[in-house]
Amino acid sequence: MMSRLGLALFALWIVVLATTPFYADNSIVRTAIMLAMYSVLAFSWNFIGGFTGYPSFSTAAFFGLGSYAGAIAQTHGVPMGFAWVIATVFVAAFAAGLGMILLRLRGHYFAIGSIGVVEVCRLVVSSWSGVTGGGNGLNVPLLMWAPDTVGAFFLWVMLGLMVIAFALTAFVDNHRLGFGLKCIRQNEDAADMVGVNTTFYKVSAYILSAFLCGTAGAVYASWIGYIDPTDSFQILLTVKVPVMALLGGAGTVLGPAVGTAAFVVMEEFVWANFLNWNRAILGIIIVVLIFFLPGGLLKISYRRMINRLKGRESAGAPV
Amino acid sequence: MSNEILRLEAVSKAFGGIRAVNDVSFDLRQGEIVGLIGPNGAGKTTLVNLITGVHRPSSGKVIFQGDDVTRQKPYMAARSGLARTFQIVQPFPEMSVLDNVAAGALFGGDPEGLTEAREHAREHLAFVGLDKIADQPASALTLPNRKRLELAKSLAMSPKVLMLDEVNAGLNTGEIDAALDLIRAISDRGITILIIEHLMKVVMTVSQRLLVLHHGALIADGEPTAVVNDERVVEAYLGEKFAKRLKEAGHA
Repeated sequence: MMSRLGLALFALWIVVLATTPFYADNSIVRTAIMLAMYSVLAFSWNFIGGFTGYPSFSTAAFFGLGSYAGAIAQTHGVPMGFAWVIATVFVAAFAAGLGMILLRLRGHYFAIGSIGVVEVCRLVVSSWSGVTGGGNGLNVPLLMWAPDTVGAFFLWVMLGLMVIAFALTAFVDNHRLGFGLKCIRQNEDAADMVGVNTTFYKVSAYILSAFLCGTAGAVYASWIGYIDPTDSFQILLTVKVPVMALLGGAGTVLGPAVGTAAFVVMEEFVWANFLNWNRAILGIIIVVLIFFLPGGLLKISYRRMINRLKGRESAGAPV
Repeated sequence: MSNEILRLEAVSKAFGGIRAVNDVSFDLRQGEIVGLIGPNGAGKTTLVNLITGVHRPSSGKVIFQGDDVTRQKPYMAARSGLARTFQIVQPFPEMSVLDNVAAGALFGGDPEGLTEAREHAREHLAFVGLDKIADQPASALTLPNRKRLELAKSLAMSPKVLMLDEVNAGLNTGEIDAALDLIRAISDRGITILIIEHLMKVVMTVSQRLLVLHHGALIADGEPTAVVNDERVVEAYLGEKFAKRLKEAGHA
């Protein structure tokens, strides 16, 4: 459950991002698009990694397959919007088939299996040059509009996806499905014993964690205009997205949006100045997260923190 | 045996070369309380796992309410009315006590909404006496209360047969008496109970019939007093001393 305040802040955040084309320059709009895109990915990951507690690292596979499915459809003359739908359906079907196999694994084994999928997808795509263009990549037909209009268009599409991902999260959270997923996260055997069809629930969560990544990948391909295997199936992406969701608070409704915002803003405005240290900083964030913030930013008791700070001041004052 | 509810026909389970359960047949009748005893490693828990679909029998059949349910999965068993508690309690630790029970009602009971499931859960919590701490997280409960929570969770699934795997292990005498009252109250609702137990006092007071498992095989099935005097049972499980004491106490 989330508070009204949280919902209002989320709405405000969407408005702030959506209006960037009217008051900010192109690089800010670009950051806003990336923010919306990462939010979609983090919301998606939250279904399997947050609610269900299965540490999935397949985000980049879904994203990459989506961008390739969309791009291939578009290069064969399918209209852009329709290509996005094809990519979404394709990735959902892929996740359903893969989930039935992969979700038999638990814990670390599942994590390793899911990260392997990214590598396998990358290798298949880069070797199958007849269809995917192999290592040369694929050029996607560009939109022939003014650059500013194109930026605003893709921003609003990504924000639309982000709102859909959020709405799905809020719905699942209050629904039988979400309740069952939380049972699985806390004790899968016990969930089985109270009558949760765990296989069905886990596969559903896996599909939910995948299909919007596919859409986002296809939209990304249309926006950027060129994709290649190493860029589409990045191991880095597959690690970043769970970190964003964990940073905000895995298994919460607004956590993914909060975490993504915090992460991307830090990345753009702090790390950009330390290019050589970029990945080291990502590593440090992961370590800090695990040791000091296991529940994420949303699970911190801010009131207690303020009280503690106050207490320290008054204790130190008389001396 | 007109009102039989659960029947096992020559059920066996082998793990590799070990026959954990060997050719076991018995039936449970509607509404009775049956005790299942046996030494450690006799296959008692494995038997429950076979009935609830956690393991699939290597051979034999499980018949529940006239249907062959040998190949069912655990969640199907739960939905059809075969509920169990675990020897080691299995709560959803971060959820409230209420939501733990609501999970049983929502998934194992009749299909209904979450709000309705929580209402039902409150009734079951009141029945086992946990209604005052319904909003605490399950991880904060004491052991006796965790056992009660397990019971409430199973009851919320509106079971027809309830299998209690050592619900009294780790409880003191006073707590055991309270637990026994609860088991009788559950039985009064018409629920058939199979109780796995090490404490002979408990088994003798509460069960109407006794099953004895030894090395995976059923060596006795009958009246509790007759069973504890059975030579093979004495040899396998109870020991001479116990049998003598029991005789002196006037049970035989």
